[in-house]
Amino acid sequence: MIYSLCLLLILIGLYGVMVSRNTLKIVISLVIMEHGVHLFLILVGYRSGGTPPIIDRETLSAAFTAQAVDPLPQALVLTSIVIGLGVLTLMVALCVRLYERYGTFDITEIRRLKG
Amino acid sequence: MVEILGALILLSVVAAIVAVLTPNILHSVISLGAVGFLLAIIFIFLSAPDIAIVQIGVEVISLVILVRATIGRQAQSSETPGHLVTKVAGVALVGVIAVFGIRMFSEFPKFGIAVMDRFVDAPSATYLRDGLADTGAPNIVTAVLLDFRAYDTLGEAVVLFCAVLGALTVLRRKARVETEKSEDEPI
Amino acid sequence: MSTTDRDPGMGMIVKTVARWLKGFILLYGIYIVLNGHITPGGGFAGGVIIACAFVMLTLAGGDQHGLQFFPQRAASSLDSIGLLIFLVVGWLGTWWASGMFFENFIATPSDARFELFSAGTIPISNIGLGLKVASSLFLVFTVLAALRLTAHDDKEAEKR
Repeated sequence: MIYSLCLLLILIGLYGVMVSRNTLKIVISLVIMEHGVHLFLILVGYRSGGTPPIIDRETLSAAFTAQAVDPLPQALVLTSIVIGLGVLTLMVALCVRLYERYGTFDITEIRRLKG
Repeated sequence: MVEILGALILLSVVAAIVAVLTPNILHSVISLGAVGFLLAIIFIFLSAPDIAIVQIGVEVISLVILVRATIGRQAQSSETPGHLVTKVAGVALVGVIAVFGIRMFSEFPKFGIAVMDRFVDAPSATYLRDGLADTGAPNIVTAVLLDFRAYDTLGEAVVLFCAVLGALTVLRRKARVETEKSEDEPI
Repeated sequence: MSTTDRDPGMGMIVKTVARWLKGFILLYGIYIVLNGHITPGGGFAGGVIIACAFVMLTLAGGDQHGLQFFPQRAASSLDSIGLLIFLVVGWLGTWWASGMFFENFIATPSDARFELFSAGTIPISNIGLGLKVASSLFLVFTVLAALRLTAHDDKEAEKR
């Protein structure tokens, strides 16, 4: 059930990318898809009643390995979030450039005004 | 616990629907901010405090960038409604993927069983058991990121570098256009 | 980089408060970077928070205000230096210790755990990554922020 809600988030982003006519709206829909994918990766690594994978001074080793959530998807999603920000700035830079060249954010008008 | 998570994810799905369907771009950006901050709260409930810190910082910066790109240019006016054929095709494609996806997720293991318990000799079990002894770092996520899987972090740093390089190059001709007006050295 | 009209930024109250707050935000970001191996955080989280401090300065004082505090040449250099620190730490593993790329070659005695100076090469990598992420995000935000004047409307005004 929870996985299906996460899939719904990704699919809403996909619908936005396909249907939007404004380049900024396409960027926003791509960001929603990225959020959905990150959420899915962390959901897969969750353990019921789990604790964060950080050791305190008083934690016993056996109790820790039995109770901590999976650290590997968290490490991958961490880098992915920061990369998502870098790619977002590149996409917004392209949108701003297109606006300066064609005067509009609408992709159907940009297709018409070539050159 | 699962109910709280389900309610929060449902709320973020509603915010995402608002972000995609509303014609005003500024409203869309604000709804995107709602999705991002709800996601940070969901990450805390999923015992991932590291990710929640990064998500909040990244969400704030991306909101500022998007709002500054929207205001002052004519993006705020509502976009013209698209063709009905595109919308129907979009809904059909999304519906097909949703049907197959929900069918697939019903065969997944139940939510709450971590991926490292689903098969034997998972690497994460080794990281949790030997992380402190091998690396000396109590934060196992940092130990995985910078010791066990440091090569992936190098790849991430290179990707961030190239993305910023690309963004700076795309925006650079503007400075040269202005230098014809003001006789300055381009960067 | 020069812009033909300067953005005046926000009012005097916002500018003064931003000037006081930037020290605290920078301190918090550096704390998260340095304690990345003990508490949640690390290079990425701390770098993003330090970039947020500079974003706040740019928003409060106008486009040139953030650049006065952290000039563009310094940001480009720190960007590259951060990535180079990370690379050198990894390469030293092959050359010095037993020959594995990115090996943690500074061993930690077991009574020095949970301290600030422990965990081998991990704090050094954290510092390198924090520098890199903070400088990159600040650079790209400043260049995006300086594009307030839309060249298309300018060209239209010249044609008339």
